[in-house]
Amino acid sequence: MPINKIVASFDEAVADIEDGAVIMVGGFGTVVSIPSCLLEAVYRKGVKNLTTVSNSSGFGADVWRMQGAPFPEDMDILVRNERIKKAIVSAPVSALYVNNFEKLLRAGKVDIEMVPQGTLAERVRAAKAGLGGVYIPTGIGTVVEEGKEKKVIDGREYLLELPIKADFALIHAHKGDRWGNLVYRGTSRTFNPTMAGAARVTIAEVDEIVELGELDPECIVTPGVYVDRVVERPKVAPAQEGEITDAQALESTRRFREEVEAVKRTKERGGAQ
Amino acid sequence: MSDNLRGKERLDRQIIALRVAKEFQDGDVVNLGIGIPMLASNFVPAGREVVFHSENGVLGFGEVTLPGEGDLDIVNAGGQTVRPQPGMCFFGHDESFAIVRGGHLDISVMGAYQISEKGDLANYMVPEREVGTIGGAMDLAQGARRLIIAMNHTTKEGEPRIVKKCSYLLTAPECVDLVVTDIAVIEVTDRGLVLKEVAPGWTPAEVQSMTEPTLIVDPECHDIELM
Repeated sequence: MPINKIVASFDEAVADIEDGAVIMVGGFGTVVSIPSCLLEAVYRKGVKNLTTVSNSSGFGADVWRMQGAPFPEDMDILVRNERIKKAIVSAPVSALYVNNFEKLLRAGKVDIEMVPQGTLAERVRAAKAGLGGVYIPTGIGTVVEEGKEKKVIDGREYLLELPIKADFALIHAHKGDRWGNLVYRGTSRTFNPTMAGAARVTIAEVDEIVELGELDPECIVTPGVYVDRVVERPKVAPAQEGEITDAQALESTRRFREEVEAVKRTKERGGAQ
Repeated sequence: MSDNLRGKERLDRQIIALRVAKEFQDGDVVNLGIGIPMLASNFVPAGREVVFHSENGVLGFGEVTLPGEGDLDIVNAGGQTVRPQPGMCFFGHDESFAIVRGGHLDISVMGAYQISEKGDLANYMVPEREVGTIGGAMDLAQGARRLIIAMNHTTKEGEPRIVKKCSYLLTAPECVDLVVTDIAVIEVTDRGLVLKEVAPGWTPAEVQSMTEPTLIVDPECHDIELM
């Protein structure tokens, strides 16, 4: 029987994600690198107490909608709806404004394990590669080394970093075929191929499904063996330029500034945790 | 710091970036952090070919595009769209940090909250908050062959950012090689901090008055030159 990893809908693709699952989510900061439709489907399914593994905690759909992104959801959809119990993350907060993750953290509604970005990538890769851990120099002499085994190799200190395994990896690629072979587009590659295969089940959201054989074997980035399910995004008209009005942009900037000021005031009163 | 120094003219962000870019040598692979460092990509000295690296998996990109003109799938780590150029390549995140940690990155340029006299760096925990973002900073600080810090010499309140010992959480110990500020260029050496250049109109004594540890004034110390 021909191998066919193509799934008809996003809801079907995430149907077996249960409460308390560990899910890793590919992408970086900008929403075009992120599996937006899968995140929306996870939200719709109503699961909670998730442990998430991702680079950032998201900026929120409003920010991306204003830039005309047709699929605007990022990690923030799980953050703002309080579906996350613990976040393993490299860039949780923004220097420019107070995001929803920071609000939950201050309210004690979410746990965090902050991991240097390269260590996050390598711990995920270790899980995918079946390794028991990796010795990494990053974090020596900082809070990151607390509680970790140290080892001197060739005169240099390293920390033993353990693999991060997940139940599900949600990733975004540009094109995929029925075997699960994937190619990416530009800097939207980031954590996506790193996470493919690091979970029990890897689900790829692709811009386009192509016929087997259409992807150049010399250029396939993620071999299909790492991928369990492939779902195609609906076709949409390309994003319209100039959809953000000046008034909207100004309003959004004003809101961010207000939030930053509010945090500073709380801090001055000594009330923030 | 005396009050008459408070209003004294300092270098602006563009000029700091211009001075940083003078450090880029032909063929260097360079990672630029968000803020002043990213501005340095506009000032690569004529005749030198520099390859820019960004954490999100790209080497060899061109300048930042005008708003609305770029491709959202070709961005730097700050999310700004950048121009593709011949030789550019993309890769995943594990590969990106293999480049950083594995000694393949010649220069990393970052901002900082505090630098200590030993070259310790504190730049990830926003001082007014209890939470911060490590992101790629720890890997870059430890992994790059040369770490250049671009920052204002003092806080908005006039407190030194170059201190004997960092009071903020460290990004990495003993990692900084050169500090370019709005009033000085300082090298971190085994002997201590060496004042190499001062902004036009500033004296070494004035720079010292805004710096906590004692500076060793280089016998050749001169005004910052940009060309």
